[in-house]
This record gives sequence, structure tokens and C-alpha cells, in this order.
Amino acid sequence: MKSQYPPAGTLPRRAAAAGAALLLVGSTTAAPAAADDDGGTDTLTVAMAQQVDSFNPFTAQLAVTTNILRHVYDSLVTVDPETNEPAPSLAEDWQASDDGLTWTFNLREDAYFNDGEQLTADDVAWTLTTIMENEDAAIASGNYVAGFEEVTAEDDRTVVIDLEEPQATMTALNVPIVPQHVWEPIMEEEGEAFSDYANEDFPTVGSGPFMLTEHERGQQIRLEANPDHWRGSPGFDELVFRYYTEKDAAVEALRSGEVSFVYELTDAQATSLEGVEDVAVNISDGKRFQAFTINPGAETQDGEEFGDGHPALSDRTLRQAIVKAIDNDEIVEQGANGQAVAAGGYIPPRYEDFHWEPEGEEAVLGFDPDSANEMLDDAGYERGEDGVRTSPDGDRLELRMHVHSDRPDNVQAGQVMEERLADIGIEIDNRTVDPGILSDALYDAEYDLIFTGWTVNPDPDYVLSIHTCDGLPTEPGTMQGDAYFCNEEYDELYEAQLAEHEDKDQRAEYIHRMQQILYEEAVVNVLTYPNIMEAYRTDQIGDIQFEPAEGGNIWGQDGYWAWWSAEPADVRAGAGGGLSTGVLIGAGAVLLLLVAGGAYALIRRRATAEDRE
Amino acid sequence: MTSTSTATDGPAGAPTEDAPAGGGGRARRVALYVLGRLTTAVVSLGAVIVAGFFLFRILPGDPVRAMTEGREVSLEQEAELRRQFGLDQPLWSQFFDYAGGLLRLDLGVSFQYREPVTELILERLGPTLLLAGTGTIVAALLGLFLGARAGWRPGGRGDRVNTAVALFFWSVPTFWLGLLLIVLLASGRGFFPGLFPTSGMVAPDATGIEAVLSTARHMVLPVVTMVAVIYAQYLMIMRSSLIDEKGADYLTTARAKGLRDGLVRRRHAVPNALLPTVTLIFLNLGQVVSGVILVETVFSWPGLGHLFYSGLHVPDLGLVQGLFVLFAASVILMNLLADLVYPLLDPRVRP
Repeated sequence: MKSQYPPAGTLPRRAAAAGAALLLVGSTTAAPAAADDDGGTDTLTVAMAQQVDSFNPFTAQLAVTTNILRHVYDSLVTVDPETNEPAPSLAEDWQASDDGLTWTFNLREDAYFNDGEQLTADDVAWTLTTIMENEDAAIASGNYVAGFEEVTAEDDRTVVIDLEEPQATMTALNVPIVPQHVWEPIMEEEGEAFSDYANEDFPTVGSGPFMLTEHERGQQIRLEANPDHWRGSPGFDELVFRYYTEKDAAVEALRSGEVSFVYELTDAQATSLEGVEDVAVNISDGKRFQAFTINPGAETQDGEEFGDGHPALSDRTLRQAIVKAIDNDEIVEQGANGQAVAAGGYIPPRYEDFHWEPEGEEAVLGFDPDSANEMLDDAGYERGEDGVRTSPDGDRLELRMHVHSDRPDNVQAGQVMEERLADIGIEIDNRTVDPGILSDALYDAEYDLIFTGWTVNPDPDYVLSIHTCDGLPTEPGTMQGDAYFCNEEYDELYEAQLAEHEDKDQRAEYIHRMQQILYEEAVVNVLTYPNIMEAYRTDQIGDIQFEPAEGGNIWGQDGYWAWWSAEPADVRAGAGGGLSTGVLIGAGAVLLLLVAGGAYALIRRRATAEDRE
Repeated sequence: MTSTSTATDGPAGAPTEDAPAGGGGRARRVALYVLGRLTTAVVSLGAVIVAGFFLFRILPGDPVRAMTEGREVSLEQEAELRRQFGLDQPLWSQFFDYAGGLLRLDLGVSFQYREPVTELILERLGPTLLLAGTGTIVAALLGLFLGARAGWRPGGRGDRVNTAVALFFWSVPTFWLGLLLIVLLASGRGFFPGLFPTSGMVAPDATGIEAVLSTARHMVLPVVTMVAVIYAQYLMIMRSSLIDEKGADYLTTARAKGLRDGLVRRRHAVPNALLPTVTLIFLNLGQVVSGVILVETVFSWPGLGHLFYSGLHVPDLGLVQGLFVLFAASVILMNLLADLVYPLLDPRVRP
């Protein structure tokens, strides 16, 4: 009764399988020409990893968004890529009164928003005043206006800022200036919900060299050039930021030309891209320092002690011995494979004026394990039978060390430190942990040694401010800084540098002295300045401005120089043909699925039909 | 309900002695069974919601500090963020706010995206269903097909090769396989440079039919990675369950009727051997929503797994607990469906 079916059952299936195989082969042979990029050469594509929180310039927090918004909204002052000095942007020039309390900014005449409205002093005054008065609007830039008393628009082109007390950071006001005529209605309409307003009405109205035109969450962000920008039209018509959650995949995308630029590479990734055709690897001096801090005995501002740091660490001799036992050059070699600079002072050397390096007699804490051992012997730290020392108070020197598990260079540096500290009789309990655990240990002061690091801006005020006594917590767990450091002389110097807005050399002098105090107190100990590693395609980007101009970086600039200055390369690599092969392969994939699905459905139907007989 | 009645009527030749007498009792038993399963599902979901809320709150780390890490923020700015996220409220009040929201299907607000979690999820649901759904179906078909072959002649050459290959891929780390495929087939090196895109879901400027084709092209590598890693489960279950069936008497009967070997396998052994795989398929369907976190991450596929990964990094409590509830709910729902459907397929376990 079923004899006529069996041969028929296998035939269509075999045919389907053969067809599918053929299709697969067909699509692979059609492939090689598909290597060119998607957008043509006047689109610059950047591979990025971080998600976007919000395009609202008043609330955006994350590095990627603040970076992108810098291209959409001009600020009063920017940084000169050649000199790292404050440079004119919306403000053509500025003056401070003799007492440093009144600052006058003269705006340029040719700044327009991309909806045609002119940018006036009212926009500046409204933006800054809003940040001062509205808590919801202070999330992103509140720190810049903390010392402002009043901002007034004297006339269309003149903005006057009155301060409560002098501050030297007035030429580093990195606040995006927004159009009042667009944002005032938004604030009124949103009211309480303003902090959730994401500013996704595209294209956005701003005065910067680019405007936001598209955001597909988790996929890409598109910016179009503003051809009428007062500084001149950007070289590329479009900037596209595409998400790559996996950096290794982004590196492969650079190889294939899908993206023009990748940043924050590891040493291994940078090395693998060296010598690849049409790819330039750019390695520049870092803006970041990598450090470890020692818990000197955590206290609140009122002197209440808390946490469980090792008691012996309040002894400066022990802290200094720890620093002397560690060789920063070894950490550069072992921890960063040579892609870093061994640290001296707190501020990286790319900021020549403010950088300080212990030299000659100042270099009291250079690598010298013998001297470190001697210091500890003299101070009464006796070695036990197992080689581990005990403090004069009888506490064994077993110290916890918290290391960021998500930063490979920290992990490797931690391993080196563990060995070196064993040389001077200190046992390390290496705790390589998740950033959340590390952060809890820091704020609860339940650590002995802990890793940290900061990216330093051209104006170093903030990273210096976190080590003043005001940076101590008012109650346990609310610390502002990243070390329980408090030193009167340091605080006096901090106030002095903040007030010194006229004589830059004098301010640098104060800042050098502050770094010397940090160094000698050995609470905040800088290990290295990691290099910035990034790569771009020379067949897509012809010319680009580095910051600083010589040996500088592309991503993370303080101005919008890189993407504003970038020029498309002349060579149009493999133009045309890409899309059609892409379509072909896509069609192949769809067909493959359909054939497989169809064949399966056929078999199933046949099978069930036969079963029902 | 209609499907239940038709299915129960299905086996026409089944003995129906007790049907007239026990009709009411049967319906009650079924109702009790369904009710029991429903209660279990609801209770598990409630437990998951409570556990999820408190579990994510005892995670180490502070979301506000993590979000502002490396940024120059003042204490006032941090306090304002805390207030906006509701983190300054006592824990129990946060929980009641959250539970109240759930009743209105409001999963809360994501800290980092500052958008309702429900919206974020809906945005990402499509891509995930597309990728993980396709992957699960392809893997199930492939695994069941190969498993049926392998199990029919255990120990034969086909069986040994198939099992070895499947177990090899099963033990390969997803991440590594994905990157390897990218290097070989998507980057500028390998035999076919740039054959497939490295990542993403669709080319930026594609529209209409082009977008569909571009999506298909973007799907190839992620689906291949996913299928390669998971098809072994189906293969092994199908294989062992077919081996169990092989000695059954009804197969001898079928052979005695003169049926060819292939027919005996396809029409008699395989349908019965398929039963245990139903549970597996439903379990995996439940996990489709949570996506394939690793595959989505390697290929930057804008789905829910990828969203979860980005939320865990912060930790973005609003987002993570919302997704947690969704993932748990989908697994619970699919298990419930499996419990309800299985008796329809297998009369032996009917209540």
C-alpha cells in the first residue's frame, strides 16, 4: 500500500541538499570584490564600543557622548592643538579684572546655529545660568559653574561672568553652548522630566562643525557636516560612529575597510596592525596615569576613623619603602609591554608646563630595594622566620592589594609589585577583582593598596582638587577623591594655584610643588603613563590633525580638531561593485534558508501525510 | 481549548471504555492539572521578581560611581543622579515602587539610557528573535536530522564522525569560534577577504529589499556560530532516544510488514524518538529571548543579550532587573507550554 512512495521521498531532499550546496559555493565564489567600505570615501566611520546615554548636553555623562556633543555644540574656549594652551572658539578674546572676580568674554560675529539663527551672548548667558540654577541641568557641567555668582549678557557680543572667588580654570570652560530659542521651550515643556529628555529630534540645532542626524541605538550614530561653520567646512561630509562590542572584531573591520578608525587598542592589537597595507597605527603620549594608592588610615573631615586599613601604613617610612621597592621601568616593560612611560609626578609629561619629575636630590624614592630594606630595618620592622616583616606594634606586614580585573595592564603591574614587595619582606594578598568590588573597598576604606588612574585634562585642576582635605568624606562612604589624603601645605598650594589666573609660570610652580608633596607622602603613587594606541585607514583618511600636533592622539582630543580637519584620501579604493556582491550574497543566504526550510517542510508534510494513511 | 479537545479525540482507535462514565472526572483532572501548572508558573515568576530585585541590589559596586567613573563630577552632581534614580529612597520603598510598576507592565527606567526599560526591550526584541530564533530552528533541524541518522546505526562510521564533529563544536568556546570566522571570512585576510561583514545587523544605507538582503548577509556568521555550538544537544538527545526506540516491538512489526529500513526509521522510530526533544526545544525557545549573549557580543548584534551585557557593566539596575524578569518569564512561560503540550503529544502522561 505504500510501495510507490519510498523512492519519491528521498529525491526532492537530495535535490534540495544539492541545490543548497551549489548556492553556498556560488555565493562564496562571488565574494572577493566585496571588501570595500559601505559609505564611499566622504564618510568617515569610527568604531566605538561605549553606549550612548543621552544627547542632552545638560545631562550626558559618558565619554562617547560628551565627545560627540563637542562636535555639535561649540564652547566658549577650546584648546590649541599645537600648544595645549586655551584657544579662541566662540569667544574671540577674554579679559579678567585685576581681582580675578570678573571675566569678560567677547564673542565672534560669525557664529550661527544651523537653523540660521545667530549665536549671541544671550545664548551663552542662558546656558550657563540654566546650569547654575536648575539641578536637573547641572549633571553634565555643574562642576564648571560651581564658583559662578552671575552670568550676564552685556550686549549681543559680550558675556560677563562674576565669580564668588578667583579661579584659574576660567579658560577651560568646556561647556556646550546651546540655542536658547530651542532649549527654553523644551525645559518648560519637560519640567521635572527634563533629565530624561534625550534630545533626539534630528537634525539637532547647534553651532558646531557637525550636526546629529541619526541615532540607531546599539547600531550607529550619524553626524552630517555643517558646511557653514565659522571655522570652515569639515573635510568629510559625514561622520558615522558604529558599535563594535568586541574590540577584536573592530580591528578586523578596520582591516577589511568597513571602518576608518579604531581607538583604545591593546598592545597586541596595535602590533598586529603594524605593517598592514593602508593602515597607520598611531601611538602617542598618554593623558592618563596609572597609580596605586596606600590607605594611610581613612578619616572623615571631622577626624572620625573608619575602615580597616593596615595600621602600620600610617607610617610614612613604610609607605616610602614600598614605593622604593617598586621599579616603574619594570612595570612599563612587564605590565605594558613597553607601551607606557615610567612615571615621575602626578601629571603626565604631555602637559609640559604642569608636569613634574623628581630629579637629583628630589628623587628620594627612586627604585632601590636595598635602601628600602635598610629603612625598614632602622624603623624597627623585624623580619620573621618566613621572611615577612612585623611592624613595631606587632602587626605582620601582610597587605591586601585590590587590582582592576578588567584592566590587563593593572593586572600585570600587580603581579610585578607582588614580587618586588616580597623582596622587602611584605606579603601581598593579591585581590584582582571586579571594578564594583574594588570601588566598594575604596569607599569603605577596606583596603591597603588599591589601583587607580585618571585621565588628566589640559587644565589639571580637578585631579589636584580630589586630594585636598575637602576631598575627604563628610561621613564614611562619601569620599570625593580616590585616596584618604590630607595635607595642609598641599591645600594652601591648591588654593594659591586656583587663584593664580594671570601668571601661568607661577601657577605651574605651585602645581609642581603639590606634586612633590604627593610624591614624598607616598599615599598616591604614580606608576606609569600608558600610551594611547589607535589606528586608521590611510586609503580613507588622507590628512588629520593630531593633538598635540607632533606625536599627538586622534581620539579623545579636547577640541574637535581631528574630525573637523580630517580630509578624505584621494585614492578611491575599490569603488563600485561592493553593493551588488553584497546583495548577491544576501540573496544567496536568504535562498539557502528558504530552500532548507522548504525542503524540511516538504519532508515533514510528506511524513505526516504518510503516517496518517 | 479547541486544540485540546481535537487532540484528545485524535487517537480514534484508542480504547474508550471509561469515556462515557469518567467524562466529567477527566475534565476536572485536566482543569486541576492546568491550574496546578499555572499556579506553579505564577509563584515562580513572583519569586524571580523578588529575588531579582534584591539580588541585583547586593551586587558590589555603586551605579552612580560606576557611571561617572573617570569624569570630573562633584558630590552634588552625584547626589542629583542618585535622587533621579531613586537610589536615595529606602530599599523597601524602592521595591514597592518597582512592584507597583510591574503590575502596570512598567519595568522601570534604565539608568544609563534614561529611557523606559520596556521601550528598550521592544526595540531590541526583533533582532534577538530573528537571530536566536533562526539559530535555534536551524540547529534543531540539523541536530535532529543528523541525530536520527547517527542513532539508527550507533557505532557505525557515520555515527562516529557525526558525534565527534558535533561534540568538537559543542566544546569550542563561542567567542573564539566567532572571532575565527570573522578573521577567516570577514576581515581583510583569509581566503575570501571581506566575504561577510564583521558585525552589526544591516548596512547603514540599505533600504527596502536591499536592507533585507543585507540583514541576511549580516546574519550568516552569527547564525553559523550559534548553530555550530548548540546543534550537538539536539543530535545527542535524538541519537540516544532513537537508540532506546530501536529495540521496540512495533519496529519489528513494521519490518515484518516488509517496509524498507529507511521507512521504518522515518515513519515509526523517529516520531516516537522525537518526544524527549520536545522538552529541549521548549527549554531552548524560552532562552531565545535572552539571546545568545556571547554571539551577540562578538558580532555586535543589537539584541537583548547585548543589551543585558551593557547593563551588567554599569550595573544599570533598572535595565538589568527588567531584563532578568523578562528572561525568567519567557523560560517559565515556555516550560508551562511544554507541560501543557506534552500530554497532547504523548498519551502516556495524560492526567
